[in-house]
Amino acid sequence: MISINLLALFYLISGVLFILALRGLSSPETSRQGNFFGILGMSIAVIVTFLSIGNFSTSFLYVIVFLLIGGSIGAFIAFKIPMTAMPELVAGFHSLVGLAAVFVAISAFINPEAFNLGFTGNIKLASLVEMSIGAAVGAITFSGSIIAFLKLRGIMSGAPIIFPGQHILNLLILISIVVLTYFLCTTQNSNLFWSLIAISFLVGILLIIPIGGADMPVVISMLNSYSGWAAAGIGFTLENTALIITGALVGSSGAILSYIMCKGMNRSFFSVILGGFGGTDQISKSSNKEQKPVKSGNSDDAAFLMKNASSVIIVPGYGMAVAQAQHALREMVDTLKKNGIKVSYAIHPVAGRMPGHMNVLLAEANVPYDEVFELEEINNDFANCDVAYVIGANDVTNPVAKTDPQSPIYGMPILDVEKAKSVLFVKRSLSPGYAGVDNDLFYRENTLMLFADAKKMTEDIIKSF
Amino acid sequence: MEIDPFVFRLSIFILSIFVGYYVVWSVTPSLHTPLMSVTNAISSVIIVGAIIAALAGNNENIFNEASVFGFLAIILAAVNIFGGFLVTQRMLAMYKKKKK
Repeated sequence: MISINLLALFYLISGVLFILALRGLSSPETSRQGNFFGILGMSIAVIVTFLSIGNFSTSFLYVIVFLLIGGSIGAFIAFKIPMTAMPELVAGFHSLVGLAAVFVAISAFINPEAFNLGFTGNIKLASLVEMSIGAAVGAITFSGSIIAFLKLRGIMSGAPIIFPGQHILNLLILISIVVLTYFLCTTQNSNLFWSLIAISFLVGILLIIPIGGADMPVVISMLNSYSGWAAAGIGFTLENTALIITGALVGSSGAILSYIMCKGMNRSFFSVILGGFGGTDQISKSSNKEQKPVKSGNSDDAAFLMKNASSVIIVPGYGMAVAQAQHALREMVDTLKKNGIKVSYAIHPVAGRMPGHMNVLLAEANVPYDEVFELEEINNDFANCDVAYVIGANDVTNPVAKTDPQSPIYGMPILDVEKAKSVLFVKRSLSPGYAGVDNDLFYRENTLMLFADAKKMTEDIIKSF
Repeated sequence: MEIDPFVFRLSIFILSIFVGYYVVWSVTPSLHTPLMSVTNAISSVIIVGAIIAALAGNNENIFNEASVFGFLAIILAAVNIFGGFLVTQRMLAMYKKKKK
């Protein structure tokens, strides 16, 4: 048994270690140490909690057993999951944090004595408010993440689901949550608590279904943020510093990532939330442009162009991940480098389905991280490069974003691929990208379209070299 | 008159938001995916609440109404803690510098 003050100090240490864990991610060299700090902070928090309760009876054994069951499932998933599936995994993990928050809030509501929050039917007002916020945000995180998971996994269509009166309905539900919380606090009626949770589950679903596949990076970041606020809400209920600090860290982290993703698409956070973007109804505009002349080539042409180049920039996108072409791509780059060609990679902030997704995939394929550059770092280099190899990216290379104010993607920061001497664009067809906009780059004088599967084409180029 | 402890917790909360803001902006964009998985893992420190809830049952009745939710939350949070930290570790191990 340790004193309550000592316990609070240990939780503070955990919180500080969590800050250091995030701080470590400022560079790949310190990141592994950062992760270790995170594990240390977590271990301290769990161990001191056991010590503070001091109840090493049968139920303690059950706690250990349940912890190990969950732990083994988690470890199994962590080792098995392919890197291409990271967005789904993170969405799935968010849903678990959300649901855990709901469960902790429920048990605190049923048995407030255990948490020192008053008595059943007479819970301290502040605790009840905090509990309700934690439970509601947790429930929204849970059901929202489930929808995001289903969309990312392809079980549910990525197309936005829109119906008339959607925004008014959402607004009414949000108001009803506030009203319910108010009555819950005045009456302490448990039915109100259950309704609050049920309605919050509904909100989570309604919030995410109108958001289209292309906006998924924002959605994941947003849910990341929500899971943090849910944890903080529970932290206030339990008067636990580690949980409050962590909740605030995670909440602001997710908010910043959402902001970065929105900026990468030049969309306001609000318009993403309202949804409807990336639907199939927007494609109609592009259908009359099919007649424009397009130059297409095969792997021999591509290999010829690259052989005569002195510098090549690779522009990977989500299509590369879908085709699992990252390993073939790295082999191609090895071949290029053997021939004395300088190669670098250019990554757009919203390439992939979650922040930093492309970087992880390239790292997995053994691409050194100092060859991979962000948009601002590399954009000026396109003008001096001989070949740009666009593999699986589309909208983020569309020059229309700079020239046509009518275009839905106008103002989005794009990679200046068209400035390269020649552009090799690997794509299966001329179909538009997620934004439903025709890519002007296809019809440029210096563009050679390589119509094929990304992996197949890359392998063929290696053979032709 | 004494200051309500809630105010102290609120202060910690607000200051942590600012700490989070500055720390996260300094995270290199190439590590944004590990950032998400590690924040996922650390937010599962909610497991401390789950443990308290689970151990609140008495010995004759280990699985009562309230503690069952605690036990369920322990499983969920444990999946996240182990899964989150290990998958982060796995990713970070892949980030290598150019061989000289």
